Amino acid sequence: MMKNMKREYVITAAILLAVLVGAFVLDAALPSYHIAIKVVKKACVYSLVAVSMNLLNGFTGLFSLGQAGFMLLGAYSYAILCIPVAKRAGVYQYFDGGIVQFSLPEVFSGFLGGTVGPVVGMLCALLFGGLLTALCAYLIGLPVLRLKSDYLAIATLGFAEILRAFFQWNAIGPLTNGSNLLKNYPDIGGAAAYIILVGVFIGVILLLVNSTYGRAFMAIRDDEVAAEAMGINLAHHKRLAFIISSFFAGVGGGMLAMYMGTVQALSFKSAMTYEILLVVVMGGIGSITGSVITSFLYIAGLEWLLRGLDSGTFLGITSPIFKNGFRMAIVSVIIMIVVLFFRKGIMGDRELPDLFRKKEKKGGGAK
Amino acid sequence: MSEIVLKLENVTMQFGGVVAVDNLSMEINRGEIVALIGPNGAGKTTAFNTITGVYEPTNGQVSFLGKPIVRNHPQGKMKKAYKGAEADKFAAQSVLNPTPDKITALGMARTFQNIRLWKTQTVFDNVLIAKHMLKTSNVFSATFRFNRAEEAEQRKEVAELLEIVGLSDVRSELATSLPYGKQRRLEIARALATKPKLLMLDEPAAGMNPQETDELTAFIARIRKDFDMTILLIEHHMDLVMDISDRIYVIDFGKLIASGTPEEIQNDQRVIDAYLGVEEDA
Repeated sequence: MMKNMKREYVITAAILLAVLVGAFVLDAALPSYHIAIKVVKKACVYSLVAVSMNLLNGFTGLFSLGQAGFMLLGAYSYAILCIPVAKRAGVYQYFDGGIVQFSLPEVFSGFLGGTVGPVVGMLCALLFGGLLTALCAYLIGLPVLRLKSDYLAIATLGFAEILRAFFQWNAIGPLTNGSNLLKNYPDIGGAAAYIILVGVFIGVILLLVNSTYGRAFMAIRDDEVAAEAMGINLAHHKRLAFIISSFFAGVGGGMLAMYMGTVQALSFKSAMTYEILLVVVMGGIGSITGSVITSFLYIAGLEWLLRGLDSGTFLGITSPIFKNGFRMAIVSVIIMIVVLFFRKGIMGDRELPDLFRKKEKKGGGAK
Repeated sequence: MSEIVLKLENVTMQFGGVVAVDNLSMEINRGEIVALIGPNGAGKTTAFNTITGVYEPTNGQVSFLGKPIVRNHPQGKMKKAYKGAEADKFAAQSVLNPTPDKITALGMARTFQNIRLWKTQTVFDNVLIAKHMLKTSNVFSATFRFNRAEEAEQRKEVAELLEIVGLSDVRSELATSLPYGKQRRLEIARALATKPKLLMLDEPAAGMNPQETDELTAFIARIRKDFDMTILLIEHHMDLVMDISDRIYVIDFGKLIASGTPEEIQNDQRVIDAYLGVEEDA
C-alpha cells in the first residue's frame, strides 16, 4: 500500500522534472523569440490564472468572472514598477515621465548586484501586484460576496469592466499612462524560468487545496448549509478563497505583462476571462492538473499548431478554405467535441498522481 | 442538581402572518435525551432552525449552558403584525443573532432531516472537515504544513470516531455511495466530530425500515453513554421516541401542548387528540 502510493508520486515527480529539463533544453537550443518558447511562456501564465480561477470556481464553488480585472491590476503593477528610470520619459511622453520615478529591478541591483538584483526586483513587483490585487479583492468582496451564483458572476464581471475603463482615464495618466502602452520593462527569463515560477505558485495552491482550509472550501462548494452547520464560517472562508484566488490572478497578470512586453488596459477584456473559464471547464472543474494541461493544449493549438488553418497549409494539405478565421471554427468544433465526450472536462476532478493510481487498480483487477 | 444545557424561553417564529412556533419554552438537562414530537407541520424543524441560528426568531430567547445565545423581540414591521405572546419581555435587551457556525462553535451540533453530506468527499474526509472548526492554525500555517501535529491528531481522532460508530471499513468510500442507514450514521459521526455538548438530531430515522430504526435506537443510546452526550431529537417513529427519550415535548400548530415522560405523554388526551383528531361536533 505504502509502496504503491510512493510509486505514483515518483512517476509524477519524474514527469514534472522531465518537463523542466525539456524547458531548459528549449531555452538552450532555440532563440528566445521562437514560437515554441513563446507558447510555453504564455501557457504557463494561463495555467497559473486558470488554476487561480479553479480555486474559486472549482474548489470553493463561487462563480466569479473578475479574473481579467484582477490580472489587469497585477499587470499594471508589474509594468509601472519595472520600467527602467531612463526610459520613463519615453514611455510616459504625454505625462511628463510619470510620477513613479524608480524601478524595482534597478533599486535591487543597487545592493544585490547586477545579476541577482533585477530578478529579485521583478519578483517583488510581481508579489506587490498580487498583494495589491488581494487588497482590492478584499474590498470588493465585502459587498459582492453576499451574492450567490450568477449574481456574483455579474457583479465581478462588472467590476472588471469598470477597472478596465478606470485605468484608461486620463486623470490618473501620470501613474497608468492613460490609454497608452506601457513598455520597455524587462522579462524575467526564458521558458524554464516561467515554468519554475509558475510551478512554485501552483505548488502553493496545491498545498492550500490539500490543507484543512482547502477541505473547508470544498465543503462549502458541496453543501453550504451543512458547512455552516458544522462550524465553518461562510463569510470568512469565502472571502479567504476570493482573496487568495485574486492574489494569484494578480501575479498571473504580472507574468502576462512580462510575457507580452507591453501592457494596455484595452486588452484585458471580459473575453480574456471567458478564455480562462473555457480552459478551467475543459480541463475539469476541481482539477489543477486539468487546468494546466488544458492551458498548454489550448495555447499551443491556438497560437502555433493550428496556425496553418489560417495561412493556407495545414499538415501539408493546401486548401482554399484555409483562410483567416478558419482556425477559430476548428477550435469551436474541438471544444464541442470535448464538451460532448468529456462531460466533466479532460481530467474530471482527478489530479496527475490519480491517473497512475487508477491504472494500477485496473491492471490489478484484470488479473 | 442537574445542569440545564439548553433553555428556550417564549420562542416565537412568525413568517408573515403565520406563527410557526408559538411561545415555546422548554429545558434540556445534562445527559438527557429529549424528544420534540408533533404532527406534520407542527413547527418542529422550525424550532430546531431557530435554535441553531438558521432562522432569527421573532421573539424569545435561547440559552445554552446558562448563557443567552439567541435573543430577539418584534421589531419594525413585525411590531404591528406580531401575533404571539410576551412581545415586550425581551424588548429592553440586546438582540443576539449569531450565524449557525458560531452556535456550532459553542458546542451544539446538528444533523439534517434530508441528509446533507458533502457529496464529493470520502467518509473519512466528511468527518475530518467537521474538525476544521477546532483547528488553531491559520491559512498560512496550514498551507505550509506548520500544523502537522494538529493535523495528525485530528486524523487520529477521526479514525477513532469512525471505529466507534462502525464505519472504519468504508472510510475511503464516497459518502454518497453508502447505504441510507450508514449515511445517517455518518451524519451523526460528523456532528460528533465537532465535540459538541448537545447533539441535535432532526428526524434521524426518517425513511428507515423497522430493523434500521432498531439499530439506530441502540446507536443513539450508545452515543449517550460513550460520549456522555445530551441529545435533542425530532422524530416521527414513536417506537424510537418512546424507547429512548427521558422526556418528551409535544407541539401542535407551533404551540406546546404537553410535556413529560413517555408514559405520561402516551396517556395524555390532548396528544391523542392532536395525532388522531377530534370529532368536530363532540
